[in-house]
Amino acid sequence: MSLVLTGVRKSYIEPDGTKLPILDVEHFALNKGEQVVLVGESGGGKTTLLNVISGITSADAGKVEVDGYDLTAMMEAKRDRFRAERIGFVFQTFNLLDAFSALENVLLGMSFAGNSGGKSRAKELLERVGLGHRLGHRPGMLSVGEQQRVAVARSLANQPSLLLADEPTANVDVKNQETILKLIREACRENDVSLLLVTHSQDVAGQFERVEQLGEFNKPGGAK
Amino acid sequence: MNLITIAWKSIRQRALASMLTALSVALGVALMVTVLVMYGVIDQSFNQTASGYDLIVGAKGSPLQLVLNTVFHFGKPVENIPYLYYKEIKENPRIAHAIPLAMGDTTQEGGFRIVGTIPEFFGVEYMPGKKYGFYRRDGAQQDKFISRPFEAVIGSSVARANNWDIGSTFKPVHGVDDGSGDAHVHDEEFTIVGVLAPTGTPNDKAVFVHLDGFFMIEGHEKPADEAAAKAKALAIARGEDPDAVVEPKTPDEEQHSTDAHGGHDHGHHHGPLPDEQKEVTAILIRCKSEIVTPQLQAVINDRPEAQAVSPVGQIRNLFSLFIDNVRLLLLVLITLIIVVSGVGVFVSIYNSMSDRRREIAIMRALGARRGSVFSIILSESILLCVGGGLAGVLLGHLLILAAAPYIELQSGLIINPWSFEPVELVLIPGLVVLASLIGMVPGMTAYRTDVAKSLAN
Repeated sequence: MSLVLTGVRKSYIEPDGTKLPILDVEHFALNKGEQVVLVGESGGGKTTLLNVISGITSADAGKVEVDGYDLTAMMEAKRDRFRAERIGFVFQTFNLLDAFSALENVLLGMSFAGNSGGKSRAKELLERVGLGHRLGHRPGMLSVGEQQRVAVARSLANQPSLLLADEPTANVDVKNQETILKLIREACRENDVSLLLVTHSQDVAGQFERVEQLGEFNKPGGAK
Repeated sequence: MNLITIAWKSIRQRALASMLTALSVALGVALMVTVLVMYGVIDQSFNQTASGYDLIVGAKGSPLQLVLNTVFHFGKPVENIPYLYYKEIKENPRIAHAIPLAMGDTTQEGGFRIVGTIPEFFGVEYMPGKKYGFYRRDGAQQDKFISRPFEAVIGSSVARANNWDIGSTFKPVHGVDDGSGDAHVHDEEFTIVGVLAPTGTPNDKAVFVHLDGFFMIEGHEKPADEAAAKAKALAIARGEDPDAVVEPKTPDEEQHSTDAHGGHDHGHHHGPLPDEQKEVTAILIRCKSEIVTPQLQAVINDRPEAQAVSPVGQIRNLFSLFIDNVRLLLLVLITLIIVVSGVGVFVSIYNSMSDRRREIAIMRALGARRGSVFSIILSESILLCVGGGLAGVLLGHLLILAAAPYIELQSGLIINPWSFEPVELVLIPGLVVLASLIGMVPGMTAYRTDVAKSLAN
């Protein structure tokens, strides 16, 4: 198994002090190399789920296992390093750093995993996503589609075993949607990377063999 | 990509704000460097100038005044001492050089101090390892040191200020022409035979005439009766028989000599004074060995005629009493300026933090630890401060380079713009400490960034 969630619960405290349950996942699993799309309503906890899986947000209860390692039992610093090494992240808004070129954005992701000598791999990845000629360009000089392709290259730089993609095609045009989705899926397939992709697009969801409705396995506040 | 590179990229991203922030540090540091180097030059100049001689012998009174007046030509001359005393002390076996100085006159143009001395003065190092040389504006000119009574050698600043050269003549003014009407111009005329190379000492602003010529100036003789009275008083003080003192002959009784004038026409022709009527203002002493200096000083001070002071000791006292405190005050003020610049760095980085929460959150999402983002912000602070500091060091020395010719012209101080003060070595580590303190708060803000919230925003 690449990812196993067991009894994961997460709540937020609202300004008036009341507790707002967001996640209550009894069980969710992803096989090694499997590609799963997760759909659900806005505000349903999709992003929170990805944050809990990646260790960006700590779960209130339960167990999050990636490659057999329990993230919830790890100290924060170890969890950060684990995320850098084993979990790739593609964001809806790309989240490239403006001060860095395309190549440097990829290298930045690698540096946090202690992979400082991977310039050739970073170049290779950018060539793989069709940006070999745009290595020195900063995000502001790239089109929206190109920016997301840089983000995809960055997410794969450390050869993760799990790739989390949060609405990766929501901010790009239709043509780029297909390109980016194809890129992500092919790259994951080639490297045996498990993919959990969040989307609200039925077109995107329709391309996946396994589609999970968040509402079916997430019952916050005991909504059974 | 290491943390420093990441920090540098962030600085570059906010180029204008970063540059202005670093500039404020640079200006503070430049100011500090300027003060340090200038102080170093003044300190070196004072101490080296004072270190040319082991002892200065002069009339009893204020030791500091004697040193300032003799070596730095500052203030009015102290009382004189008998020339005969100079002749006596010159014979002391502990002494290598005893050079008499007679002062009291100035030049009409520029009011430069006139110093009567002997040719030996120019043969002795004026600072350790430095001897007087000639300044040759024209290679064809043949400079020489004084050898005849009405010959003069002038300092480089005097030559420049009065536009005097070899062959120029001047008449001394008795005292200082301060407009009070007390000063009067002597009739005797001196001819310049040499121009000294710049020394960076007060001697650049002095005119050296032959001691014999100085004594020949009308009014420079001690009246015979006063000289006799003084000699008798000293004899009593020494426990000797005052009646044994030889009464000096009056100048008119002396053989009139024109040879000593070197053939020049000086208006008046006074013959050499009898030694009893001659006085000197001070005697510069170079001992044969440093070991004997304190003994010699004690011997001289035990007698009633004069006092012997160590110029280096007096200058050290002066510095520790007054100038060191001024320096300390300046350094405190400049340190405060640098601290204020540091606050500027703090404000700049801290203000940028609200814009950078997302950037920090992205790094954290990519796997950067809290400690890593803290270090990145701290590195930014250090890079800005140290970068500004290094630029400030360079700027400070460039300022001195630009000001050096003007300062030399005005004060005679020769400044090496690239002379580094040891305190400068502490500047950069000090800035690192300051920058680390400054970077703590914004660093902690980065450390505490709520990744999920910042990404969602």
